Amino acid sequence: MMNTDQLVQLFRQAVPAQSIISEKTSLRVYESDGLSAYRQPPRLVVLPTSIAQVQDVLAICQQHAIPVVSRGAGTGLSGGALPHKDGIVVSLAKMNQMLAVDPLNRIAKVQSGMRNLAISEAVESLGLYYAPDPSSQIACTIGGNVAENAGGVHCLKYGLTLHNVVSLKMATMEGDLIDIGANCLDWPGFDLLSLMIGSEGMLGIVVEVTVKLLPIPECAKVIMGIFDSVKNAGDSVAGIIGNGIIPAGIEMMDNLAIRAAEDFVGAGYPVTAKAMLLCELDGTETETDDQIRQVETLFRDNGAIDTRVAKDEQERALFWSGRKAAFPAMGRISPDYYCIDGTIPRRSLGHVLTEINNLSEKYQLRVANVFHAGDGNLHPLILYDANVPGELNKTEELGSKILQLCIDVGGTITGEHGVGVEKIGEMCIQFSDHEREQFHRIRHCFDPKSLLNPGKAIPSLARCAEHNAMHVHHGQLPFPQLERF
Amino acid sequence: MGSITESIAGNIEDQLQQQVLAARQSSTPLAICGGNSKTFYGREIVGQPINVAQHSGIIDYHPTELVITARAGTPLREIMALLEKNNQMLGFEPPLFSDSATLGGAIASGLSGPSRPFSGPVNHFVLGVTVLSGRGEVLRFGGQVIKNVAGFDVSRLLVGSLGCLGILLEISLKVVPKPATELTIVLHHADADAAIVSMNTLAGKPVPISAAAWVAGKTRIRLSGSKAGVTAARRAIGGKVDAEGAAFWSGIREQTHGFFKVDRPGNRPSKQSGKQLSQPLLLRSSVAPATKMFCQNKCQLIDWGGGLRWYSCTERDDNRDSSVQEFEDAVKSARGYVTRFRNGDRKSEVFAPLPDMILKFHQRLKNQFDPDGILNPGRMYRAL
Ligand SMILES: Cc1cc2nc3c(=O)[nH]c(=O)nc-3n(C[C@H](O)[C@H](O)[C@H](O)COP(=O)(O)OP(=O)(O)OC[C@H]3O[C@@H](n4cnc5c(N)ncnc54)[C@H](O)[C@@H]3O)c2cc1C
Repeated sequence: MMNTDQLVQLFRQAVPAQSIISEKTSLRVYESDGLSAYRQPPRLVVLPTSIAQVQDVLAICQQHAIPVVSRGAGTGLSGGALPHKDGIVVSLAKMNQMLAVDPLNRIAKVQSGMRNLAISEAVESLGLYYAPDPSSQIACTIGGNVAENAGGVHCLKYGLTLHNVVSLKMATMEGDLIDIGANCLDWPGFDLLSLMIGSEGMLGIVVEVTVKLLPIPECAKVIMGIFDSVKNAGDSVAGIIGNGIIPAGIEMMDNLAIRAAEDFVGAGYPVTAKAMLLCELDGTETETDDQIRQVETLFRDNGAIDTRVAKDEQERALFWSGRKAAFPAMGRISPDYYCIDGTIPRRSLGHVLTEINNLSEKYQLRVANVFHAGDGNLHPLILYDANVPGELNKTEELGSKILQLCIDVGGTITGEHGVGVEKIGEMCIQFSDHEREQFHRIRHCFDPKSLLNPGKAIPSLARCAEHNAMHVHHGQLPFPQLERF
Repeated sequence: MGSITESIAGNIEDQLQQQVLAARQSSTPLAICGGNSKTFYGREIVGQPINVAQHSGIIDYHPTELVITARAGTPLREIMALLEKNNQMLGFEPPLFSDSATLGGAIASGLSGPSRPFSGPVNHFVLGVTVLSGRGEVLRFGGQVIKNVAGFDVSRLLVGSLGCLGILLEISLKVVPKPATELTIVLHHADADAAIVSMNTLAGKPVPISAAAWVAGKTRIRLSGSKAGVTAARRAIGGKVDAEGAAFWSGIREQTHGFFKVDRPGNRPSKQSGKQLSQPLLLRSSVAPATKMFCQNKCQLIDWGGGLRWYSCTERDDNRDSSVQEFEDAVKSARGYVTRFRNGDRKSEVFAPLPDMILKFHQRLKNQFDPDGILNPGRMYRAL
């Protein structure tokens, strides 16, 4: 294996010295993403500033069989940007510009390292915005969003990254620079665009993204529903959707989350409530008022003990501030927390939340729930202390139990954060050998040497044999009766 | 064809699997058929028919989940009727072209109706599939929930793949509530460019547009949503309400609108030559919606707020090639794509050629899903 100096020399052929980080302490910044329980410094970090440099870097990696992990802002929550011990990290952070805006066609072409929120800010004067709004949107990059198919508070109505990206430019390991998708509304051939979105950096490095821009709604209002049972809150969500209303967003918080957020930002949340819903409606002024009234009635019909409508823009921001700060708020009440991302059919909300509660008691670990209730995308946050010996293991075991529960009710192990290194074991439960094999074959089409993000997202057969062996009871696979949806 | 029981479905699935395995053994190409409503689409192929229509029935539907799961052979009509009863609908408004149209065919052909620019194409609504690959393996991808990022998004890769990668067995779709109010307004734009600018300017405003098209000097804008929202938008946009609005949209979706009819004046066989004309070649071009009108001399219908330009080439055989060429060149320089949608020579390529670099990945994927090349070989491209 090459030593660090040799490696630096090698990549100097592709990028200038100031675009390479090799010094130990500086590398530490890159040793993990938002899932900080996993850490591994890379051999080097390379920060290309042009497409040509990205291609040159990949050519070197391909020739010398060096693993590559691409990285946007490192806010990922599944260890997707966790470095490989023998590999390099390619950070897209310096490629962060908007390249073109076409207001009449309502699209913008941006470099993949551009921050999500910066896109909306740049086109705001045109009355347009980029809809997907992950809570991390101040920091996360559009390239990272594409890799994870990121969602946000407003994706119930406006869709995920998938629904809001029209084309990509991607550099492959074999040296191709390919345009995928088009500025038209469709294009010939297979839908490679959908294949790329959510592919967790395993098929190529995305260098440019053309996003769809939407008109900023005339008016947005938010209503808070306060409940004395989680079940009533869950039923309200089904009630709203069953009545043909698609809110811009509908988020749920349970008591622990409400209290933590309230302590942190003072959003005026009801600290004794068992559950709270924040429901945002948008459209024209009269339309929004109409719908707010309908939702208010539905909340009450489903047993809400109180409702509040934010009276102005300022109060709307205040209502949301607690939800948006929910993660850091957890950081204040617990040394560490672990965020789960399972998605379930909405009708199972009550059952799953009750089961999570039971598991929480069994494992003696607190679990707070803050999540995208409208799409059934749960984010149980397990509170733990990594300094207590064995607690991280216990946490991971509880997390795995929760994901099994999600699969059990017909859901999935990840709604928006991706598999990464974190849920690789659960992939063995959700997919059969044949299905995982097919994933590997697809990967092989684009990266024949498997150098991009090796060891992530799709477990090897051997790995699953090992995983399932651990979970076999009385000679039976877990949940043999389940549909592997 | 009504629903079938679980066990019959299981048997059908087994039979289909056996057929694929046998075809692999004998290297026999298979031509997948559902309701035969879209046989005209794609290239003409030779293959032993493998029939999916009998694999029918709605498996799961919970209105409050906004998700429906059905077998690929289920008639679209049956699905639409059930949704209608629950005040819901398919958000991508698929063209049926015949009552026999099946869900599998709609997904495999990937055709979306007039709402495409505003509520998204077919693939945005597909949540999961069960597919029988060319290897003879039954595989499930995606799921029945709205958000799911576990594994590559194979279910959407299969949308519009014309059966070249696998035989769809079951499909889960996201469905949408029917809008409380819907109306169509007509604006007069003699000039197509004025219509294109108008449709795209409106699409950039927060108004509840669900379709926009221009044909024969008239722009039609469909508004869908709450009563208050639609009324406000109607007032802001102006124009007259089209009482026949709903019929207009289904006419362009199903291609029963006069524009698509063979017997328009000028389409009739020439009396003098007495020569029987072949059916007009229907060209479909997809361009960035605000693209200026090209080939002014060619009668076009514009849908998708400018993104879709239909041209029915009625030229006589001797002039046809140059006319088609002219249209294709114009679309190409607008960086769009032409499909020879209906009629004409179906043995040659009918879809716009793929760049070599992109074709390479198509071939590799085909090879990984269908290594013996037995599933609808050549239906999309000769090389696939
Ligand atoms: C507080 C907080 C809140 C969050 N809220 C949400 C939320 O509401 N919704 C949501 O979906 N997610 C959320 N996330 C998760 C995270 O922000 C998203 O997954 C985001 O998309 C990651 O973007 P990033 O630029 O940080 O990517 P990174 O973390 O750097 O990378 C993520 C993955 O993308 C790959 N990648 C990055 N750039 C490229 C590229 N150019 N080409 C190819 N592959 C690439 C990496 O290899 C890695 O596998 C949250 C995270 C935090 C910390």
